[in-house]
Amino acid sequence: MELLTFGDTGWGDELFFATLMTIAVSIAAMAIGFLFALIFTPLKLSKNKTVNIIGNCYTTIIRGVPELLVIYLLFFGGTGAAMYVASIFGYDGYIEINAFITGALAIGIISGAYSTEVFRGAILSIDKGQFEASKVLGIKKSIQFYKVILPQMLRLSIPNLSNVWQITLKDTSLISVTGLVEIMRQSYIAAGSTRDPLFFYSVAAVLYLVLTFLSMKIINKLEIRYNKGY
Amino acid sequence: MVSIFPSLLNGAIITLKLLISSMFFGLFIGLIFAILRINKNQFINKFAYGYSYFFRGTPLLVQLYLIYYGLANIEILRNSFLWVIIREPYWCAIIAFSLNTGAYTSEILRSAFQTIKEGYIEAAQSLGVSKKITFYKIQIPIAIKQSLPAYGNEIILMLKGTSLASVITIMDLMGEARKVNVLTFKPFEAFITAGIIYLFLTFIIHNIVKYLEKKYGFQT
Repeated sequence: MELLTFGDTGWGDELFFATLMTIAVSIAAMAIGFLFALIFTPLKLSKNKTVNIIGNCYTTIIRGVPELLVIYLLFFGGTGAAMYVASIFGYDGYIEINAFITGALAIGIISGAYSTEVFRGAILSIDKGQFEASKVLGIKKSIQFYKVILPQMLRLSIPNLSNVWQITLKDTSLISVTGLVEIMRQSYIAAGSTRDPLFFYSVAAVLYLVLTFLSMKIINKLEIRYNKGY
Repeated sequence: MVSIFPSLLNGAIITLKLLISSMFFGLFIGLIFAILRINKNQFINKFAYGYSYFFRGTPLLVQLYLIYYGLANIEILRNSFLWVIIREPYWCAIIAFSLNTGAYTSEILRSAFQTIKEGYIEAAQSLGVSKKITFYKIQIPIAIKQSLPAYGNEIILMLKGTSLASVITIMDLMGEARKVNVLTFKPFEAFITAGIIYLFLTFIIHNIVKYLEKKYGFQT
């Protein structure tokens, strides 16, 4: 137990900050995922064939390749691409992109694909009458989306979004391969320097279990709150 | 592009081997734990729930590290015959993947067991079929048929999960792609080619499951 004390001799504070880092990356990734989902959901629902194909390609490809592949592609490829762009502007030094940004972006792209599917399902399950009623009342298309469709879509998608959140939270463990110090990386370092992998990976597992348990509790509260009127 | 293809294909074969063996063991584990989950005994029930909660609530990477690095720490295991198995990264990966997919499969099968219509079981009872035969000949086949679509998703998730084997030194498709990237400094070629192979595998699995669903699934 003395391995987990806070201070110079224990790993308690390091693991605490690593947990905060995991939460930060998950929230950033989820937010980036929402942005992607808000862009690609209309594409997937569009009646235009080519636009539709773009939306479908995004969700099919991202959900069909391993998460690790997306992370490696962004991490190794991103550095090369950034250096190429910089060399055009006359800078030939080595550029390293921040691990937090690449990690959050990679996981965000993945969670965006899942969120897109969730939003698509939610919009399709909104009663047709809602669209027709707002049309009859002469509400503009953009206002119709923000004031009528979006609130209902969010309510319907909370249960599935909670699954996406759990997947995102667990996927952040993969960012550890790029060197970002979150729970998994910190346990790896601690296990390496104390020669006690069993203990530290068990601690990591418990930390992840606590995070998933707490987020389930919070999401259940949200669900009850948003279903008050129904 | 052409020269890296053979090594990636070799990796793909290892990926498929990992996938098939872990799905095989995982199905058995899942079936056992699904049966334990619908057991009326509170203690057995809670134990099965705890198992699936742990493996669904923690990342696969943690489970893999726990088994590969963690188990080697236990003195008793190191001195026993099990050491032959757990010192090999390949077997550790299979153990971790099987336990992980077993937890998800048990949930899929449990929900399938619980949604079987009462009428089937009542019909069997009124025909005088024994409980054991009802279970093996009626409940299990129906549960497997009903859970086909969800199980198809699980296979694809596991295919993606096997890529984690590359972090414990197994040269699967992902590991080969990493090697190519390190040797040639061409990340896009290596990872995009690997991605296309993964997509191709996903596509095949998807279509096999779709075919099975059409052939054996329920038209409700």
